[in-house]
Amino acid sequence: MLYRGAMTREEPAVDQPNTDVIQGTLDMLILKTLSLQPLHGFGIARRIEQVSRGSFKVNPGSLLTALQRLERAGWLDSEWRQTENSRRARFYNLTRSGRKQLEVETADWTRRVTAMTRLLNAEG
Amino acid sequence: MSFWRQLSHGVRTLMNRSAADQDIADEVQDYYERSVASHRAEGLSPEAAARAARMELGSVSNVKEQVRGYGWENWIETTLADIRYAARRLRSSPGFTTVTVLTLAVGVGATTAILSAVNRIVFHPLPYPDPERILMVRDVGVEGSRLDGTFGTYRELVERSRSFESMASVKQWQPTLNAGAEPEMIDGQRVSASYFQVLGVKPILGRDFNEVEDRADGPRVVILSDGLWRRRFGADPTIVGRTITLSDSPYLVGGVMPKGFSSSLEPSAELWSTLQYDLTQGRAWGHHLRIVGRLRPGVGVEQARTELSQIAKTPLPEYPRADWADMKDGFLVASLQDDITRDVKPALFMILGAVVLVLAIACVNVTNLLLARGVQRGGEFALRAALGAGRQRLIRQLLTESLLLATLGGLAGVVVAVFGVRALVALSPAGLPRASEIGVDGMVFVFGALVTTLIGLLVGISPALQASRSDPQENLRFGSRRTTGGHKRTRNILVVAEVTLAVVLLVCSGLLLRSLRQLFAVESGFNPSGLLTMRIQVTGHQFDDDNTAKLFLTNAVSAVRQVPGVIGAGLTTQLPLSGDIEQYGVFFEGRAEQGGGEQSPFRYSVTRGYLEIMGIPLRQGRMLDEHDVAGSPRVALISESLAKHRLPGIDPIGQRLTIGDEKPYAVVGVVGDVRQVSLALDQADAVYTTEDQWRFADRAISLVVKSRGDPVSLLPAVQKAIWSVDPGQAITRIATMDRVVAASAAERRFALTLFGAFAIVALVLAAAGIYGLLAGSVAERTQEIGVRSALGATRANILRLVVGQGMTLTGFGVLVGLAGAAAVSEVLVAMLFGVSHLDPMTYLGAMAVLAAVGLVACAVPAWRATRVDPATTLRAE
Repeated sequence: MLYRGAMTREEPAVDQPNTDVIQGTLDMLILKTLSLQPLHGFGIARRIEQVSRGSFKVNPGSLLTALQRLERAGWLDSEWRQTENSRRARFYNLTRSGRKQLEVETADWTRRVTAMTRLLNAEG
Repeated sequence: MSFWRQLSHGVRTLMNRSAADQDIADEVQDYYERSVASHRAEGLSPEAAARAARMELGSVSNVKEQVRGYGWENWIETTLADIRYAARRLRSSPGFTTVTVLTLAVGVGATTAILSAVNRIVFHPLPYPDPERILMVRDVGVEGSRLDGTFGTYRELVERSRSFESMASVKQWQPTLNAGAEPEMIDGQRVSASYFQVLGVKPILGRDFNEVEDRADGPRVVILSDGLWRRRFGADPTIVGRTITLSDSPYLVGGVMPKGFSSSLEPSAELWSTLQYDLTQGRAWGHHLRIVGRLRPGVGVEQARTELSQIAKTPLPEYPRADWADMKDGFLVASLQDDITRDVKPALFMILGAVVLVLAIACVNVTNLLLARGVQRGGEFALRAALGAGRQRLIRQLLTESLLLATLGGLAGVVVAVFGVRALVALSPAGLPRASEIGVDGMVFVFGALVTTLIGLLVGISPALQASRSDPQENLRFGSRRTTGGHKRTRNILVVAEVTLAVVLLVCSGLLLRSLRQLFAVESGFNPSGLLTMRIQVTGHQFDDDNTAKLFLTNAVSAVRQVPGVIGAGLTTQLPLSGDIEQYGVFFEGRAEQGGGEQSPFRYSVTRGYLEIMGIPLRQGRMLDEHDVAGSPRVALISESLAKHRLPGIDPIGQRLTIGDEKPYAVVGVVGDVRQVSLALDQADAVYTTEDQWRFADRAISLVVKSRGDPVSLLPAVQKAIWSVDPGQAITRIATMDRVVAASAAERRFALTLFGAFAIVALVLAAAGIYGLLAGSVAERTQEIGVRSALGATRANILRLVVGQGMTLTGFGVLVGLAGAAAVSEVLVAMLFGVSHLDPMTYLGAMAVLAAVGLVACAVPAWRATRVDPATTLRAE
């Protein structure tokens, strides 16, 4: 709200080296990130960018929507914590069924990657 | 788990939107601040860090919208917003909304009402267990017509047939109940002991009949309906085993039927007793029983049909058959449901067809209205599209609007249906089966809702596509004035379709109307004017002796003749067109082929004077007179038709005939033919004897009184005269002869009334369609018309322009409609009488009516067009 007046409709710079997260993997990345420790939205985004060495750029709108979705699916819980400058921050942590879901998705992803790699390496 | 989370989170958001919004805002804010802090940590200045964070986040409001858009509850909120918006739009044009909703209401309501009746009567299974196993077995009459069975036939079938687990025969019964102060005539049935087994329903109190009670000398037992038990016996649980008095005879109450039980063969029946037939009586061979049977499980209708026809073909000596019940034409076997609905089915289906046409017109009309509205709102849509509304969003909004309209129309339609059903039952002819069961039920509500939703979607899609496809720029530039060519063609076609459907309905109603006219123009063979009729039921033990009964009737007629204002009075066992049908085999002595293939003649026992006051003319010989009494030589009159069929080229006077037994009658005269069954049926073989010379006393007989003035005013005096002879005799079925004649055509009149109503609705809708199109077109072409008149077009030119447009469409519609009517009216043939379904008069009439209606619909827009002021419009341009 505060920044509405200051917002400009600048287009983001083109030719950024990083790309959007591969479609359909955002959920898995969030679950994976949260399996290490509870985090807030920005922390999740930054962590994904850092661990992928800047290869993946997370769209904040998509991320926050995904968090809502995962929470409703029962894979995440959220709690509000007070920040140092006395604002509210929402921290997400993985539930037990979220952990199970992460295993399922990881296994599924590994299977796909293996298959894809085999296909791309095939000769003749 | 996750479902509950979905639900609870969604509901929480719905319940407290602002808190949810605050959460989102806080989260986005937190994101932003952390982003700034992180950029600052990388060494950027505060300004640069803020810019970088904004770049990373994009538009804050967009992010918030995106997050906010997640969840099913948003769909609900959007829909509610759409509905609110749609409601506002509809309220802002009350004329359009009213017309559309009313049109839909009439279409959906009428269809729902008719369909609920048809569904209940024709398709809904009868309220018995395994109703499809209940069959009706009919004798075959002339030209394959259905005839009631005889007791002799029933007896033989019961003993020989193996297809049925039980069979029963049934006839009407109208006893007088002497409980309490005033005697009351009750409708009932005399049935075989197995009747309730055939229907598959047991008494809820007491017991069913047993075989002994159906023997000729068996004990008299009666079973009551729930309604009668409550009404006359105060629902007394100890009624079973008590004795009640019916027509002066004691009857033991055997049981009470369950609530809601209705005997489909006689829906008004409230009590039942056994037939107690004696095969030695001549009466056992009259065609006055209806035979029903319940098939054994696993036996098909075809199998039963084959078996019965096999029995019919192989007479056995131990089962003698009367000549007029020799079964040589086999039987007509149909399910009970088919049998009782057979007569009304064609009319019902025709009415259903008509109402579907009305619904079609209503839909076309609504589509047209919505299309026209879509054009007018072109500007609005363009503006919204320009402001960023997606095509899907626009279509969704428009669909919401259409569905809202359809819902309103559907709700109003339910009201129309409720009243429609009531009107339908009130209007329905007495013979309509299961009329009491008809009502708006759940199934009908569902139907109405489905039709409405479907209409909403179908009708909504086309303008929505039209509007969203158009180029917003184009529309913005021209406001709301312009229409595209293809669009106009759609609307023209729709108007033509409306006119077409209206013509079809109009022609059909016209044909029915002319049929009814023709029917009443038929020579009935008697003169109904000034005649009062009623039925006297002779009941009581003092009349057990036939002669006493006959004496009572003779005295009663004599007393009626003394009433001032009475010109004449007479009795007849069968009143023409009243539904009385009694036929006997008649044999002329010395004639070889005896009645083979011929329809048995009607048997009338009359008192002298009956033929004279009915105005039935004497063609040859003499009438019956006061000398033809019990002791004198037995004489009979025959109808012209019987003389022609059975005594071709022979002088009938002096011929001797027998009627169902051995005693011969001498023919003393020939009288004119009378329509007995219906005005449409030319079946007039008849034989008349005096009541005195007939071999038994008829205990239900019709009195006909000819009066000088209004016959109804005589009624009290006539009743008093009859009761002066015996105060205990019930008088029923009181009606003027004119009414009897009118009631005989009640089914046709019913069909005509409905068709007429639908045709009027169709005309109004078609007129509205033409008017709407032209009014819109004149409004759109105001500038063009202004320019034309500025360039010298006269008012006549402009009038011709508008009227020409309207009448061209009407003309097309009429032409297609006439062709359509010629094809469609073929299904009407069964309901027509004396009129070809291609009757040119009717078609010309329909054409004229449509032309007139079309002109009226053109008049207002045309007049408005001539009032266009060229100066104003040119300035506006």
